[in-house]
Amino acid sequence: MIDVIKGGLILSGAIFMLLASLGVLRLPDLLTRMHATTKAATLGASLIMLAVALHFPQVAVVARALGVILFIMVTAPVAAHVIGRAGYFVGSRLWDGTVKDELRPNYDPLTHELKSGQEVPEPKAESPPVSRGE
Amino acid sequence: MSTVIMLSLVLMSLALCLTFVRLFRGPSLPDRVVALELFSSILVGFIGVVAIVSDVPSLLDVAIVMALMAFMAAIGFARFLERGGPRDD
Repeated sequence: MIDVIKGGLILSGAIFMLLASLGVLRLPDLLTRMHATTKAATLGASLIMLAVALHFPQVAVVARALGVILFIMVTAPVAAHVIGRAGYFVGSRLWDGTVKDELRPNYDPLTHELKSGQEVPEPKAESPPVSRGE
Repeated sequence: MSTVIMLSLVLMSLALCLTFVRLFRGPSLPDRVVALELFSSILVGFIGVVAIVSDVPSLLDVAIVMALMAFMAAIGFARFLERGGPRDD
């Protein structure tokens, strides 16, 4: 029984990794490639580490396997964010079919200044002083 | 079980080959960094499967170090890109 679960986990993990590599090969753009790799590869590695945790009966090994899963799940978004930011700053080209780039009108690539959040807030209309009844 | 493991090893080897094509062709440096990260993720899976096959739990330490190195490399490459080193892409 546990062999079947292990086999299923290993096989699905390998298939997810193959999907991730297909995505990184076929997709047209840095950001879409990252969208393929971060999620699918993280899920694949986590599934295989889950199979490892099922295979070994020692507590220390199971804890280490779960630690690997936790580490991958914590670091993958951080690394993806950092690489995506660097790629945008370097000016890697977006795909021709990109519909919307919300960062472009709000961002100065020379000074690295983002306009959103810098607006001067409208002065509030003076509210008439509340007069209390004597 | 052995056929499943053999099949998954073949699939992951194929994934490594496809990723290597992107690493070789990648038009810019960030693409190559993404391919390297995928490389390390696939290697973590590989090491896990080998640990299951050979019944050696110490191989998990190798997987941990692999994941750690990939994260550090990604951060370092990103810092390098943002600070504007010499590039030829």
